Amino acid sequence: MDLKLFRDFRRLWVQGVAIALVLAAGIAVIIMSVGMSRALNETRSAYYDSNRFAHVFASARRAPDSLIAQLRDIEGVAQVETQVRSYAILDIPGRAKPATGLLISRPEMGEPLLNVPLLRRGRWPESAGEAVVNEPFAEANGFVPGDRISVNLNGRKRAVTITGTALSPEFVYTIGPGALMPQNETFGILWMQAEVLDAGFGMAGAFNTVALSVLPRTPLEPVKDAVKALLDPYGAATPVGRDAQQSNAFLDAEIQSLEVMAWVLPPVFLGITVFLVNMVMGRIVQLERSEIGLMKAVGYTNWEIGLHYLMLAALIAFLGVGIGWGAGSWLAQAMSQLYAKYFDFPFLVFGVPLSIYALSAMLGLAATSAGALNSAMRAARLAPAVAMAPPAPPSFHGSTLDRLADLLRLGQPTRMILRSLLRWPLRAGMTMLGMALAVSVLVASNFFPDAMDEIIDTAFYQSNRQDMLLLFDPDAPDTALEEVRRLPGVLQVEPQQYHAARLIYGSYEKQVPVSTVANAADLARVVDGNGQVITPDPFGILLSDRLAAALHIKVGETLTVSFESGRRETFEVPVAGIVTQFFGLGAYFSHDTLNAMFRQSPRVSNVNVTLADPQAAEAFQERIKDVPRLMGTINMTENRRSFMETLSQNILIATTVYGILGMIITVGVAYNAARVQLSERARELACLRILGFGKGEVAYILAGEVLLLATLAQPVGWVIGYGVARLMTEGFTSDLYAIPLVLEPATFARASLIVLGAAAVSVALVARRLGRLDLIAVMKTRE
Amino acid sequence: MARFEDRTREVVFRTQGLTKTYATGEVQVHALAGVDLELYGSELTVLLGPSGSGKSTLLNILGGLDRPSGGRFWFRETELTRASDRQLTRYRRDHVGFVFQFYNLVPSLNARENVQLVTDVAKHPMKPAEALELVGLGHRMDHFPAQMSGGEQQRVAIARAIAKRPDVLLCDEPTGALDSHTGTQVLSTLQRINDEFGTTTAVITHNAAIRLMAHRVIRFQDGRIDRIEENDSRLAATEIHW
Repeated sequence: MDLKLFRDFRRLWVQGVAIALVLAAGIAVIIMSVGMSRALNETRSAYYDSNRFAHVFASARRAPDSLIAQLRDIEGVAQVETQVRSYAILDIPGRAKPATGLLISRPEMGEPLLNVPLLRRGRWPESAGEAVVNEPFAEANGFVPGDRISVNLNGRKRAVTITGTALSPEFVYTIGPGALMPQNETFGILWMQAEVLDAGFGMAGAFNTVALSVLPRTPLEPVKDAVKALLDPYGAATPVGRDAQQSNAFLDAEIQSLEVMAWVLPPVFLGITVFLVNMVMGRIVQLERSEIGLMKAVGYTNWEIGLHYLMLAALIAFLGVGIGWGAGSWLAQAMSQLYAKYFDFPFLVFGVPLSIYALSAMLGLAATSAGALNSAMRAARLAPAVAMAPPAPPSFHGSTLDRLADLLRLGQPTRMILRSLLRWPLRAGMTMLGMALAVSVLVASNFFPDAMDEIIDTAFYQSNRQDMLLLFDPDAPDTALEEVRRLPGVLQVEPQQYHAARLIYGSYEKQVPVSTVANAADLARVVDGNGQVITPDPFGILLSDRLAAALHIKVGETLTVSFESGRRETFEVPVAGIVTQFFGLGAYFSHDTLNAMFRQSPRVSNVNVTLADPQAAEAFQERIKDVPRLMGTINMTENRRSFMETLSQNILIATTVYGILGMIITVGVAYNAARVQLSERARELACLRILGFGKGEVAYILAGEVLLLATLAQPVGWVIGYGVARLMTEGFTSDLYAIPLVLEPATFARASLIVLGAAAVSVALVARRLGRLDLIAVMKTRE
Repeated sequence: MARFEDRTREVVFRTQGLTKTYATGEVQVHALAGVDLELYGSELTVLLGPSGSGKSTLLNILGGLDRPSGGRFWFRETELTRASDRQLTRYRRDHVGFVFQFYNLVPSLNARENVQLVTDVAKHPMKPAEALELVGLGHRMDHFPAQMSGGEQQRVAIARAIAKRPDVLLCDEPTGALDSHTGTQVLSTLQRINDEFGTTTAVITHNAAIRLMAHRVIRFQDGRIDRIEENDSRLAATEIHW
């Protein structure tokens, strides 16, 4: 019996492998998505625990140290850590491009209580002229302890010696102001002694950043409210929890996308496996009726017979799980490397836990067993005498379709195809659904590049057309504009202001940055979903569509805008317009309107610049390092390039992976469907050959059914794919960005071409077996 | 009843030293060990012999389903000994009608459509209804195989074989799966076709009683022709019992 098992499997190996590959795809995705999300989660919490990552983060303009005791007294608060932080321009010797640094103060004595940085090399600063930098920044620039850079401290340049490198749980994902992804070469964290920052920014006896940890099971909202109340007189922004802490939010997003993948893909692959095993095992039991009868006649029990077929399916599971483990481990490995590149953990991301391997194996075995159960039970229940007799011929009946067939003058081969579909509608439906799912996987994954094209076009080539963005002290007078205009190589300059604000409408509230749009703006413009340039109305505020939706506000209604920077005043303003946007929750005033509202002489918080030759801007870059009040620069040309580079690389990987998955599903379904067809119809097809039908004509009948189903599967797959793509865009939409649902006809066409091509190849492989049909055996035997 | 002398003496099939060897594993089986034979136009021949005597192998080769290992054979003037697969398909389609022991109807097509399967691709076919009338099944045309008795299914198979007006009708144990009464019906259908259309007909059987309806009886033994008998007086199929 065991011998028969392995012989059976050898005979069926192509079919077995085709099913095992579908199963393997599901297993691999489980290993990769469930495994990596668990690994990332555990790595993160281990890091957070050991380095005491805070729970609440808040900032103010300048809060006195006397507040610290009151902050500690808030109910539920465990520890409080205050710091001075500021952005500053860094000048790196031997490099023209300026970098932006985030300066963070270290306590004069001992370690910080929260968000403890981990020293990786060298030592902590011991004097005013020393700093420790974050490791990725050091690696990207090749810094070693002893190297010197200079820091623009509020307009005064100061030489600083690097004494070491460190990592911090606050900066697992390190992203500079205005950047779309980490740019370690041009953005760094600098830990310096508190006295340096106190002196440089006039913060002696004060702080501008506070982090708090809470006791277990403390609700966060009351704590945040209490912190806000204490800091409010000192220019506080609304405190946030870990969910809105930038680095942690990116980790959350990554873990969430892995979890979404774990919920969506494996069920599809396991479901298809159940169906395929069911179809193939059903046919095998049908073919082996007489053997089953014989085995029962010689004394095998029903249980042994049933188990035999379950074991045959289990072999497929072993193969699938084995391949899946291999592929999943490889994918997990690749993901780990990706994480090592983008996430700065002090230790390797933990591997996939063994329990996930065990779980995936159990799911694989469950899927094949579920598929084989029906056939195994049928085999077990078959009475020996019945089993030895040939099965009754399948009965067909006429239907209303016949009249249609007459009307269309369909040939007999076509009728055979159609009748078979109607005779086994469930099987036909499942086969079609399987291939439709393959199409949908391809549509839903391929829509991404089209969506990204649209985002990039709108964000980079329509809205933000500047080469450089210079960030100034929030309250710089607009004479800064003139200073920038005089720098070498500058073509255009445009002023802009950014202010943190709370927007309130009824019971809805949202904290967002409000920006201004210059008169006749050309560089930083507001562009709606149709590519239309929108100019903010001088008497109202312009909101992005997602922000308006979050606030449940419509055009013409009055919004309360409470500024948390600038003059920190509250205004009632009408909503002048709503605009479709993909990035961020934008809110815009006209530049002049805001200055008038604040009753102030024109101010700028950043200046947008275009250069005569962005590729050769050394003179410009050399000079801006000395511009007073300049706190940071964003190289938009660089930003665009790195964003698109990373994106196109990721998209290429994703499309390749999903393309392979789609093909695996198609081949698994189409090949097995055709093989079962061939097995069931071998006699019929041989008979047609005897009657004088050519090989091609016979192949038509064999291929026709599967290819017809593949064709019918296309529109179904498009619809499902559209739905999945929509769900995905909705799932991905957050305050950070929205992904437009852009589905070009080419996306559908590409998905269909791949699936139809894979189906045609699978069927062609099976059709080659037609040449081996034994015409003579057919005449001599009953089925 | 047509007499042997009434037949044309046109040679429809001719074989010369035909041999067929099957290699099953390491054992060589000589299914045909040198057969020289002529079958004539409008003749009804019965091939008799025990299992493994070579009669089916010969019929398969004559019908273009198999190729000989040695010797030569002709259909009319055309030598088919080394015909290609494509030529054999063409030959089967245009000239040969087959009737098998197990009917081999397509279960998903009804009686008329099973006949149409052949008439759709034949050169000068009958109407499917006409062929079914000939075998006495004009009233069962819309029935599917699963809805018919064995005898009825076999008559549909005969209708399918004759509907293209074949030159030869090759029947391998056409009554093998049928009871005596139904078998007689099928045989008389075959006899009627042979009489009315002059279709050269070869019938393989184990059943010696059937030899009485043939013009000639060819007996096989160990892959060779043992002897050939001519019937001076034939019985009608309805007179045969077993």
